[in-house]
Amino acid sequence: MANSWSVKNKLFIFLLVPGLAWLLFFFILPLIIIFSMSFGQKIDIIGVEYSWSLHNYIRAFDGIYFITLFKSVIISSITTLLCLLVAVPVVLYISFSSTRMKSILLISIMLPLWTNLLIRTYSLIAILRTKGHINSSLEFLWDSSNHLFNFLNLANYNIFSNSFTPLNLIYNNFAIILGLFYIYIPFMIIPIYLVLERFDRNLLEASYDLGANHIHTFFKIILPIISPAIISGIILVFIPCLGTFIIPDLLGGADSQMIGNIIERQFKSANDWPFGSSLSFLLIYMTIIIFAVRYIYTKLYSKLHIRMDI
Amino acid sequence: MNHKNKISRRRFITGSSAFAVGLTLNPFKLFANSENNLNFYNWDDYIGENTLSDFADQTGIRTKMDFFADNDELFSKLREGNPGYDIIVPSDIYVEKMIKAGMLDKIDHEKIPNMTNIDRNFLNPVFDPSRAYSVPYMWGTVGIGYNIARVKGKPNSWSSLYESEKYSSNISLLSEATTVIGIGLKYLGYSLNSTNIKEYKEVEELLIEQKKHIKVFAEDNGQDLLASGEVVLAQEFNGDVAQLMLEDSNISYIVPNEGSIIWEDCLCIPKDAPNKENAHKFIDYLLGAKTGADLADYIQYATPNKEAKDLMGLDYIKNPAIFPTDEIIKVCENQIYLGEEIGQVIQDSWTRILAS
Repeated sequence: MANSWSVKNKLFIFLLVPGLAWLLFFFILPLIIIFSMSFGQKIDIIGVEYSWSLHNYIRAFDGIYFITLFKSVIISSITTLLCLLVAVPVVLYISFSSTRMKSILLISIMLPLWTNLLIRTYSLIAILRTKGHINSSLEFLWDSSNHLFNFLNLANYNIFSNSFTPLNLIYNNFAIILGLFYIYIPFMIIPIYLVLERFDRNLLEASYDLGANHIHTFFKIILPIISPAIISGIILVFIPCLGTFIIPDLLGGADSQMIGNIIERQFKSANDWPFGSSLSFLLIYMTIIIFAVRYIYTKLYSKLHIRMDI
Repeated sequence: MNHKNKISRRRFITGSSAFAVGLTLNPFKLFANSENNLNFYNWDDYIGENTLSDFADQTGIRTKMDFFADNDELFSKLREGNPGYDIIVPSDIYVEKMIKAGMLDKIDHEKIPNMTNIDRNFLNPVFDPSRAYSVPYMWGTVGIGYNIARVKGKPNSWSSLYESEKYSSNISLLSEATTVIGIGLKYLGYSLNSTNIKEYKEVEELLIEQKKHIKVFAEDNGQDLLASGEVVLAQEFNGDVAQLMLEDSNISYIVPNEGSIIWEDCLCIPKDAPNKENAHKFIDYLLGAKTGADLADYIQYATPNKEAKDLMGLDYIKNPAIFPTDEIIKVCENQIYLGEEIGQVIQDSWTRILAS
């Protein structure tokens, strides 16, 4: 093994040091600073006293922050579920289509990822707002149907006679979930696609030969194989959605505050960085718990699996 | 031993020297501090079309302008140290906060002869007596921008935004806690700068009750919502609506009878500014009569520069969306910095309002 790290440790260290240094200085060190700030207290206008007290965490356990955290978890869960339900059929379709269609479909999913997040969100605003594309098109169809009915002398049926009331598609929770779904669906599609591409199609043929129909094959063969990728996709979507604040800011209405907005406000208007740090770390603790649960689940699953194999 | 994998000494030296060069790219050095540069941190759309190029023509100083969206962004960016700006534009309370936190440098008035152009009323504000740290730039009010066609009569009371279901889900308020709650206090007849917790509680209950009729707390785009017909009444700063009124004759602006906030934006020099001389030259330039008039004409806000105001036409001076009438000025108040404790009361209140 000419490339094993134990043989070539000089090369290995040389390649590792820049990445490790970056990770240390721009990720671990700031995280440590924020962690110690979360136990600190705000003094005067810009002072922070590192008093190592639980003051901020006690304040964070006040009902209002937990309500918002709960609401953020609900919104993130709905978004993740939507992403999952849409991603799996889409990936199946892409995976089993011809090579040319495959590239076209993959590009059409990846290309928006390379566009700036703000531009994508603003484009959603242009589509969803009261005089946006959806409402204008519906209004056009409504009025045309109205004219058509009048022309056909069916006016007295009064179906399209009222003026069109625009749909309320933006500045509410619907827009937030739609926006999050739109932004994060590629992160669900890509892991599942990668796994599905590698798996052996002969397994499917064998399954059909043995008499299973498509649905049976899907649940017994395909789903277990892509389930690790599904878990990765869920984590990749759920955790960013939990901490998001730009989408609720731009697409949300008066009651669309998520935990990310509260944290952002602590670092800006409220000017209370220690408290904002403690709220951020609450999210990090939640993430750690999710990973811990997943780890335990994997351990249990493999133990059970081994037993059942016997 | 595979010779291809051995790193030759020459390649190692090349690689590590490239790495070392990369390390010297200090972001602070990107803000040039040579003779002829100026780093300006300003609100968006808050300078004239040709102001900076005219300044360069006149003095040879090249200005690099960055933008911030609100005072909090400005404050949090400068909080941990000045990243290299020479001129910033905070609003009244933030000037006071920054002075108290030691974030501003004193302005040398000897270097700003054009200070005499400023109207006497602006020379001694409560947030910076004798103008030691700031120079007035623009001032204005907060009021209601509204769509003339879709609103009955004139919305001359804050009740149409704070306590009425008449225009349900067609109204927007600002998104800054101190502004919205402050105006709530004015609506209920209290002082803008109240320190009475009970009064803040009343405003909180009022807003929680009204929230179901509010479409959105618009961060800075209330005028865009008005323009696109998304809302018919928007709580907005006067200049934003005045700029819209130039293009859309269907929009008007009014300051309600209960009174409102009179705000003021100032030019300040942050501590550790690299180009202090150029900063003073820039301030002096902006305070000139002709420059002031160009600025006022382009950004449509009220100028504290009386020489500039004299150069402006009647449609600017008499525009109620720019200069409030004397009766209105009587019921308006300036916002003062109330300290961190009341600040936290307001912020907690705001979190509760948004979460209800």
